Amino acid sequence: MDKFKVDQELIAKIDRILESYDYDDNSVVNILLEIQSHIPENYIPEEVAKYVGIELGIPTSKVYDVITFFSAINDKPKGRHVVQLCKSSVCRLNKYQTIRDVLEEELKIKMGETTKDGQFTLRYSACFGACDISPAFRIDDKVYGNLTKGKIKEIINTYRGL
Amino acid sequence: MNRTVNIISKNFKKYNPESIEEYLELGGFEALKKAIEMGPQEIISTLKTSGLKGRGGAAFSTGRKWEYSANVKGDKKFIICNADEGEPATFKDRYLLEYDPFKVIEGMIIAAYTTGSTDGYIYIREEYKYLHNKVRKAIELAEKHGFLGKNILGSGLNFNIKVVSGAGAYVCGESTALIESIEGKSGRPRLKLTRTSKQGLFGLPTLVNNVETLAAVPPILEMGVEEYIKYGTHTSKGTKLISLCGNVNKPGAYEVPFGITLREIIYDIGGGIKDGKQLKFLQLGGASGAIIPAKLIDIKYCYEDLEEHGASVGSGAILVADETNKVTHFLKSVQDFFIHESCGKCTPCREGNRQLTKIINRFVTGNASVEDLKTVEKFANVMKYASFCGLGQTAPTALLTAIKYFPVEFYQQIDRIRKTS
Ligand SMILES: Cc1cc2nc3c(=O)[nH]c(=O)nc-3n(C[C@H](O)[C@H](O)[C@H](O)COP(=O)(O)O)c2cc1C
Ligand code: SF4
Ligand code: FES
Repeated sequence: MDKFKVDQELIAKIDRILESYDYDDNSVVNILLEIQSHIPENYIPEEVAKYVGIELGIPTSKVYDVITFFSAINDKPKGRHVVQLCKSSVCRLNKYQTIRDVLEEELKIKMGETTKDGQFTLRYSACFGACDISPAFRIDDKVYGNLTKGKIKEIINTYRGL
Repeated sequence: MNRTVNIISKNFKKYNPESIEEYLELGGFEALKKAIEMGPQEIISTLKTSGLKGRGGAAFSTGRKWEYSANVKGDKKFIICNADEGEPATFKDRYLLEYDPFKVIEGMIIAAYTTGSTDGYIYIREEYKYLHNKVRKAIELAEKHGFLGKNILGSGLNFNIKVVSGAGAYVCGESTALIESIEGKSGRPRLKLTRTSKQGLFGLPTLVNNVETLAAVPPILEMGVEEYIKYGTHTSKGTKLISLCGNVNKPGAYEVPFGITLREIIYDIGGGIKDGKQLKFLQLGGASGAIIPAKLIDIKYCYEDLEEHGASVGSGAILVADETNKVTHFLKSVQDFFIHESCGKCTPCREGNRQLTKIINRFVTGNASVEDLKTVEKFANVMKYASFCGLGQTAPTALLTAIKYFPVEFYQQIDRIRKTS
């Protein structure tokens, strides 16, 4: 946590984000999403939650109520890239398991885990509206579907160095 | 013959959504001009004649909803375009935002003009993040061209639109939960003592409409309501965007006239079942919708005929499942979704989903008891009638219809009679 206390660069970014929302506490959900996108570990550290609460004039408990309610906001560190595999109804009919096996094999981790180098987190997700190209997965904000084993490997590789 | 139509989807892939000029060339914003000539009263009566119903699932008359909103007094009134689209198997709103964002914006402006609203929000799910800035760009262009801002086209209307992101909660598609989340709270549904149209966002009058509902308005005004109602049936007028997916050859969002048969949708439009397999069942309207067997595919796709069979149009999702799928296994994926998405506010949904999951798991593994079948049906009915919001009320729809149409699949998974004392 301490590193965030001293991370002036991050604080400056957060301030800019807060400013772009006019320090409006109604926008806390979108503010947190945007802050999270600037944190490599893809989560809201405790210090940041406290800071946001103070700056917006709302209790930390309210910030946490939002963080824990919404599944797109994380309270624990994730990999630099979050790989999310849909296992809702359509992807189930289209056998998401085949994609899961390729992803697990390629990343050498199981669903729910993060690679040792902190590069990837692999997890399930509910339907993200890509059912027309199902089975589908997301890496960060990008959606992939209709894939072969070879292509999935290729895609993963493009994220390795990033 | 493939009976898809191009009313709402007319512009799909016909123009570059980053160019408002191209939208204008295709007749963009003509409906808005026409709307201003018509005036609010005539727009409302036109929408009533059109039979347009909310495309977000609840199917409430849009004309009546707008009339109600127009009659509510207020200096500041909101319009929310619901682009949360969290219903599994549904993606047609994504097509609208991706391929014709200006149409959605135009529909919102007409709604604002009709109801005297001042501020608009487009609430787009986080999962469509790649569309957020595209829609923002379209709003900016509309503003530059005087379709948003002050005194729009000299009509006296002042109206602006903002994009707000969801954050990964299905329940936030429910209008009061959506409002909570725009207000910066965790998105749990509110007790509706007064209508949202009177007291919604920040306690002020708010009209909430689905993306497709709003996008349907410009074409209706533009082509004329008489022309529009030539499509569809007597009680389900016009057209609908469907999200066709699952074990079908050509999944995608298509526009169809109401009254087309499910068979035409699956075989003529969808190209039939993948790998030459047989159709087993459909789920209509998303995870919260009914499961119906293959033998019903000659029924018409319209509000009244579906209702007769315990199904509904809902979001317009049509999920196709082939013969290799076990109904009980499929129900498990539906159940996984609801147990994850229940907000936990009320007991019937929170505990009900937990119990349904346990029992369905026993049906999946094949060690359910006779009592399990009775119990699961009882719990499902309690949820249906006693849950606080639409999520809990519709979560057991798939299960209940599956028991109705595929009882044998449940019996096959029963291995004992549990003795009760
Ligand atoms: C759990 C739940 C989820 C919903 N999700 C959506 C959604 O994603 N999009 C939508 O337009 N309506 C959704 N609705 C329906 C909305 O509450 C509301 O009825 C609709 O947005 C009104 O617009 P319409 O009249 O144009 O359909 C949902 C309802 C419930 C109960
Ligand atoms: S029905 Fe479910 S989602 Fe709706 S309020 Fe109750 S617990 Fe929350
Ligand atoms: S069910 Fe997997 S993307 Fe919709």
